[in-house]
Amino acid sequence: MKAVKERLLPVAVKLFTKLLAILLGLGISAVVFAAYGVDPLYAYSLMVTKSLSFRGASEVLTKLIPLQLCGIGLIVAFKSGMWNIGAEGQMLLGATFATWIALFLDVPEFSRLPLIFLFGLAAGAGWALIPALLKVKFEVNEVITTLMMNYIASSLVNYLVYGPWKGAKEWGFPYTDKFPKSVWLPTIAGTRIHWPTLLIAILTAFLVYFLLVKTTVGFEIRVSGQSKRAAEYAGINYGRALLISMAISGALAGLAGVGEVCGIHHRLRYASSISSGYGYAGIIVAWLSELNAVASVLSALFMAFLFAGGDLMQVSLGLPIGVVDVFNGSILISLLVSEAFGRYNRPKWRLRLK
Amino acid sequence: MTLVRMVGITKRFPGVLANDSVNFELRSGEVHGLLGENGAGKTTLMNILYGIYRPDEGEIYVDDRRVRIRSPRDAIRLGIGRVPQFPELVDKLSVAENLAVLFPENIMSRKRLEEIRSLAEKYGLPINVDAMVYELSLGERQRVEVVKALLRGARILILDEPTTVLTPKEVDTLFEALKKMRNEGKGIIFVSHKLSEVLSITDRVTVLRRGKVVATLETADTDEEELTRLMVGRRIVQRYERKKVPPGEEVLRVENVYVLNDKGGEAVRGISFTVRRGEIFGIAGVAGNGQKELIEAIAGLRKVEKGRIIVGGEEIRTPYQFRKYASHIPDDRMGMGVLPSLSVLDNLSLTLYRRFSRMGMIDMDDLRRFAEKLVERYKIVTPSLGAPAWQLSGGNIARLILARETAMGCRLLIAVHPTFGLDVASTDEVRRTLLRLRDKTAILLVSEDLDEILQLSDRIGVMYRGRFIGVLEADEADPEKVGLMMGGVAVESG
Repeated sequence: MKAVKERLLPVAVKLFTKLLAILLGLGISAVVFAAYGVDPLYAYSLMVTKSLSFRGASEVLTKLIPLQLCGIGLIVAFKSGMWNIGAEGQMLLGATFATWIALFLDVPEFSRLPLIFLFGLAAGAGWALIPALLKVKFEVNEVITTLMMNYIASSLVNYLVYGPWKGAKEWGFPYTDKFPKSVWLPTIAGTRIHWPTLLIAILTAFLVYFLLVKTTVGFEIRVSGQSKRAAEYAGINYGRALLISMAISGALAGLAGVGEVCGIHHRLRYASSISSGYGYAGIIVAWLSELNAVASVLSALFMAFLFAGGDLMQVSLGLPIGVVDVFNGSILISLLVSEAFGRYNRPKWRLRLK
Repeated sequence: MTLVRMVGITKRFPGVLANDSVNFELRSGEVHGLLGENGAGKTTLMNILYGIYRPDEGEIYVDDRRVRIRSPRDAIRLGIGRVPQFPELVDKLSVAENLAVLFPENIMSRKRLEEIRSLAEKYGLPINVDAMVYELSLGERQRVEVVKALLRGARILILDEPTTVLTPKEVDTLFEALKKMRNEGKGIIFVSHKLSEVLSITDRVTVLRRGKVVATLETADTDEEELTRLMVGRRIVQRYERKKVPPGEEVLRVENVYVLNDKGGEAVRGISFTVRRGEIFGIAGVAGNGQKELIEAIAGLRKVEKGRIIVGGEEIRTPYQFRKYASHIPDDRMGMGVLPSLSVLDNLSLTLYRRFSRMGMIDMDDLRRFAEKLVERYKIVTPSLGAPAWQLSGGNIARLILARETAMGCRLLIAVHPTFGLDVASTDEVRRTLLRLRDKTAILLVSEDLDEILQLSDRIGVMYRGRFIGVLEADEADPEKVGLMMGGVAVESG
């Protein structure tokens, strides 16, 4: 019997296809820019130069934090076969509980920040565990439940900031009061980068990589994501693996929520101001990295660049938000399509015995 | 009058001669039984007649005219109908909607419905055309399939193991209908393993063995013993050399177990047996007699409705408990035995990773070294340990599973069709491995391969319709006796 030829594509080829895809996306959006009377080349050069400036780069890194945390959590969920679309809601729950501890809980001041982190993680995990339990116990489709729970979470936040938690000193704006300074996360001078969370985000990438590759729980998660039948055959508790992976996924999204309220806003506010879709963009971060936790740092950086670039185009070029979305969308679709070409050539046969 | 004549049909598949100059004849007004062990070539022959395969050599005549059947469409046009073993209807549509495809423009009219009803009534196969298919039992679905074939104007009806899905009462109804069709001059080919049914319904029988026709007989002139002998042939099973091992402690105990199949029917109906260390207990039987459900129940993968399964002294309720004591070589290799997208290393770890983990951490260096040894010792041909398992050939997948499940030792080993699809050398290797392990392990072997069961087993239980029709000691078992029992004939042991 002769050895089967290695059919995996080398990394260089993969990167090259991705580069081509990005160029294609830029080409498509160029047409839209031109239609709006903006020279696309000028727009692109502006994006690059501004992003490389101190201010621009710092904005990119600020947005990297929640994208990275959501994306990496989603990698864990996706590895277990749970199509968690709910990072957005899990993130908002983290932010909500952080706010509760920051403003309303009577605890010693020194324990307030650690408690915020703890409860933020737990709230995200708890929110993710509801659909996970529904899936494990009743086989309810998690795509639907996680998505629906995003709406619930965002309505909850909006209710709180308009209602019971509305700040006394905020002139009727939908804000809570500002958090005490003691729970503000430190930032790098002159920027909005709350570096402790950034550090955690980067560190988590390596931790999750380690978890999935080197630990028994990680192995069980990976096997469960491939096949329930095979997992049970191997004596793996499939339900438990799913619950653990969703808890991790939700916890990391919750942490992203903590970072946003304690690092940037210092208060809870309207849901779409806390997260401009980081939880959804996290899905793309996870996929672009091909579910590799370490590589997700790069894909998160790329997404952050698109997010920051989008803001820039609105402000500097006066483009409507819709055009920015077209820009982001065409690049991402090109990238996702390119995966189909970059994928190795998998044979269609399957040996199946009766 | 001759409806069908197949002359000198030969069909080769890579490495297998499935049909070897087969001659087969179906007359008008007869039920013609087609008998043979698994792999004897019955299904291939019927697939050729129905236009699914084309023969490499040979000719087919319908109504004494030479025909070429290139597709089922051709077959249907010639009046050939097939009732598949498992009904192939659209679950989420009604019976009427399923039958509408038979009419021009797929339109079902009241008149057509009337036609269907009267046709079904005529053969005593009443069907409820308004019912949704998923509401029907398998027997009722089969009835729809029969009616469907008749509506297409079939004069030649192929029934592939039609009684597998039927209750005894439904079998009677079907047989009555078949008799009516026969009396009208239709020809029916009845493919089956079940000797009693073949004897009761057919007029003639053709027996296939290893792709060849060994005999065509008048049913009235033959009996179960003769048919079995023709089916299994005069063969001497060379038993493997084996050490005498004093029987050790009891490792597996199955007590009066009942298990349901996926459709909710009773697949296992009150089975009891034990397996001790130092013995191989073989389960023989034609597929679909409850072996799959029994094994899944033992492995903790299927609910035990009644009775108990005890492995290593512990009552098994979950796969995890089972895994503490036992290994399992499953028959569904790609769907259960390996994870095609994961690496060879991951696949070798699939059931062993717990033994390499300390405090939740897997000792990857240790595991990798062990995996390298397995790849070498079991001659698994793979580009690398990191290559995904789907890149491996079927034989190497089988070796990978064998390596993983046998390398570290365990108290109970379940092996299901462990040599299916393997070449001669690999088959021999697998069988020797099982015998070697027998010293320290209790082994439960499930196989449809009579030779394998006879060569390896110390005791043999023959499953028929969810029960043991008999349990034989190795020295009192021979191919004919086991073959008879597989066909549903109780043979007293001893």
